[in-house]
Amino acid sequence: MSLGPYASFIVTSYMLVTLVVAILIAWIALDYRNQTRRLRQLDESGIVRRSGRSATET
Amino acid sequence: MTLIDLANPTKFLTLTARVLPWLVGITAAVLLIGLYQSAMAPDDYQQGATVKIMFIHVPNAWLSMFVWGVMSGAALGTLVWRHPLADVAAKAAAPIGAAFTFLALVTGSLWGRPMWGTYWEWDARLTSVLILFLMYLGLIALWRAVEDPSRAARAAAVLTLVGAINLPIIKFSVDWWNTLHQPASVFRMDGPTLDRAFLIPLLVMALAFTLLFLTLHLAAMRNEILRRRLRSLQMMQASQRAA
Repeated sequence: MSLGPYASFIVTSYMLVTLVVAILIAWIALDYRNQTRRLRQLDESGIVRRSGRSATET
Repeated sequence: MTLIDLANPTKFLTLTARVLPWLVGITAAVLLIGLYQSAMAPDDYQQGATVKIMFIHVPNAWLSMFVWGVMSGAALGTLVWRHPLADVAAKAAAPIGAAFTFLALVTGSLWGRPMWGTYWEWDARLTSVLILFLMYLGLIALWRAVEDPSRAARAAAVLTLVGAINLPIIKFSVDWWNTLHQPASVFRMDGPTLDRAFLIPLLVMALAFTLLFLTLHLAAMRNEILRRRLRSLQMMQASQRAA
């Protein structure tokens, strides 16, 4: 597959989209890990929700 | 599970845990098909291989507006029905919408240089999309700046609805003004003007990016619900310590 004289523009576009989507996925995954870790810490220290359920329980 | 049940964040989290793995799998499959079709699409008789940029530029551009549309619906949910998940949905969507808008601007610029001879032109379409990007950043800053979540939610909802005025301006800018950007070639009253060889990969990529948004949005909403639960538990912990 030849991308012609403007190959650098095409490759840069696809790489940039891949990079930004990867950053979004990583950010959301890390945020989830961070939130659940902090909720678990609260759970271990005996803090429970008003419903009586543990912090991490859905 | 009914729609009313989803107003309960705990039930929403249960549903998300069930749906997300399936959505991730379907998104990955459709994205792979779309990328394969994009790679195999023929060169355009005028643009050559640079037409391949269209398969990522156009879905990002559509989503930049679609996400603001979703946020506008959520803003109505916050202001009119005070739905508990409405602000969560809007706040979770904003960074994703900003990322899609950024990608639409940059890929458009990278497409414009070889085709128009310039990376940027202050014409109506490009400028209105840049304004949309700045509005996303403004909204994200607003949510971070106001400490009280309910006040932030109302202010953000009003700003989102005011910003929605920009959506028809973006859509019809190419018809209302003389712009460097080409007019609509897919959603037209007289049908698409694109050849099937380009239209099908474009529609598959648009579906893939829409599924990607749904997946990321659900995951980000789940994070936002957990963040709010954490905040209320921390406040409860602080008041217990103070007592």
